[in-house]
Amino acid sequence: MEALLEDFSPGLFIISTILLLILIALMVKFAWKPILNSLEERESGIQDALAAAENARKEMQNLQADNERLVKEARAERDVMMKDARDIRDKMIADAKEDAKEVTTKLIENAQASIQQEKQAALAELKKNVAELSIGIAESVIKRELSSKKEQLKLVEETLKDVTLN
Amino acid sequence: MKIAQKTIKFLAIIAVSFFTISGFASSTDKKQDNQNDGGRVNTKEEVKEYIQHHLKDSHDFNLWSYTNDAGERVHVSFPLPVILWSSKGLITFMSSEFHHNDDGHVIVEKNGLKFAKIHSKIYELDNGATTVSFDETHHATNGHKVIDLSITKSVFGILMIGLLMLFWFSGLAKQYKTRKVPIGFGRILEPLVLYVRDEIARPNIGDKHYRRFTGYLLTVFFFIWVLNLFGLTPLGFNVTGQIAVTACLAIFTLFVYTFSANKDYWGHVLWMPGIPVFVKPILAIIEIAGHFLIKPFSLLVRLFANITAGHVVLMSLIAIMFTLKKELGVVGATGLSFALSFLIILIEVLVAFLQAYIFTMLSALFIGMAVEEHEHH
Repeated sequence: MEALLEDFSPGLFIISTILLLILIALMVKFAWKPILNSLEERESGIQDALAAAENARKEMQNLQADNERLVKEARAERDVMMKDARDIRDKMIADAKEDAKEVTTKLIENAQASIQQEKQAALAELKKNVAELSIGIAESVIKRELSSKKEQLKLVEETLKDVTLN
Repeated sequence: MKIAQKTIKFLAIIAVSFFTISGFASSTDKKQDNQNDGGRVNTKEEVKEYIQHHLKDSHDFNLWSYTNDAGERVHVSFPLPVILWSSKGLITFMSSEFHHNDDGHVIVEKNGLKFAKIHSKIYELDNGATTVSFDETHHATNGHKVIDLSITKSVFGILMIGLLMLFWFSGLAKQYKTRKVPIGFGRILEPLVLYVRDEIARPNIGDKHYRRFTGYLLTVFFFIWVLNLFGLTPLGFNVTGQIAVTACLAIFTLFVYTFSANKDYWGHVLWMPGIPVFVKPILAIIEIAGHFLIKPFSLLVRLFANITAGHVVLMSLIAIMFTLKKELGVVGATGLSFALSFLIILIEVLVAFLQAYIFTMLSALFIGMAVEEHEHH
């Protein structure tokens, strides 16, 4: 202990105290403060960058999910539209068929009606002609005094020959 | 081109330092070398004395010594300024005026006062005395110590390391202005800074307060570590083995944790809760002793003792070269000395870091205890 005290140099103690004080002050001001600040800045920068990357990843995932959902929706919509179109087409075809049937039926009906009419008209005319003919034959029979039955039949035939049936 | 410039700069620095040294150097020491071998360190006693001398602070920067053909001891060294606060005020001169004498035989006269240097301490002689007289224990009887504010070898070392640290770390600080990640030497320094901050300061002081003390801890850590490492070079610094320096560091830590201590801490020191009342005063005494004496002493003695021991062991192993020359022969003694001192210097490199780490870690721990916020149960 005595040797230790003997070795202790007060001058060196004073000087090293002063020098250390100066050194600590200078080091803190010119070295440690800027170094520690920059290190902390860098560390928080790295932290932020990592957080940003994580966020971007999450956003990307969300976007992807959105995209998938959109695609699915679009597909469903397309399916619905296709089905609608098919239905409309079928309906149109069916309608068209119906219409066509109706029109034909109507046409046929009209045709039948007009045929009926024509037929009626023809029958009426025939009746008229027959009546006229009968009257003419009767007239000519009355006009000539027919002696024989043979001559009478000949006359009917001649008259009938003159008649042209429509 | 850049490399060439750097090389030229480097060579210029070497040349300048070499010429300065040789300018100051080569002062021959014709003092009483009673031995016939011209002052070589050969015997065990001389080795012991040499080691003792090395462990002390010195007033000049001795690089190496040799004995010339005329049998004179030549010290290649440069002198450092001696600054004394004597009975007549401030007195300065260069240490070369002592001519490397360390046992009071050379008297330097300034301002009518006579000074002698005995075992690295400068004494002012009493009025009328012309030579130093010693008692039987080799203590000066007619002189007294003066306050020695000299730029000694240790002070020179502190200055050098301080400038080096400023140069290194302000360089690192500047690098961050232009880039996020430093290049070159800064890439080595940055992890060390992070190590002190994340492994020493933060865990021991706590996330809330560590920022305030990190600057102090970083300075102390690098100061001790670099000085320890320089102590292992042939430059022969022994700054961290000077008890004045370690005491100064320990007292700094004492001041830091005393002035940053919170109410809680003082409460625990002076009136420990949760124990019987009659024990409280006894514990308070122990705690106060712990705060003001035990903690700083553990810091200053540990560092001082470890570094001193390291230097003694290393130099003793080197001295095997001389002390076992007779028994083992020149080659054997030298080989053994090299092998052992190589091993021990590896350990010393570890110790250099370890002691810096322990000092800083304990400082952080003490500060952490002082600023800790106790949870109230």
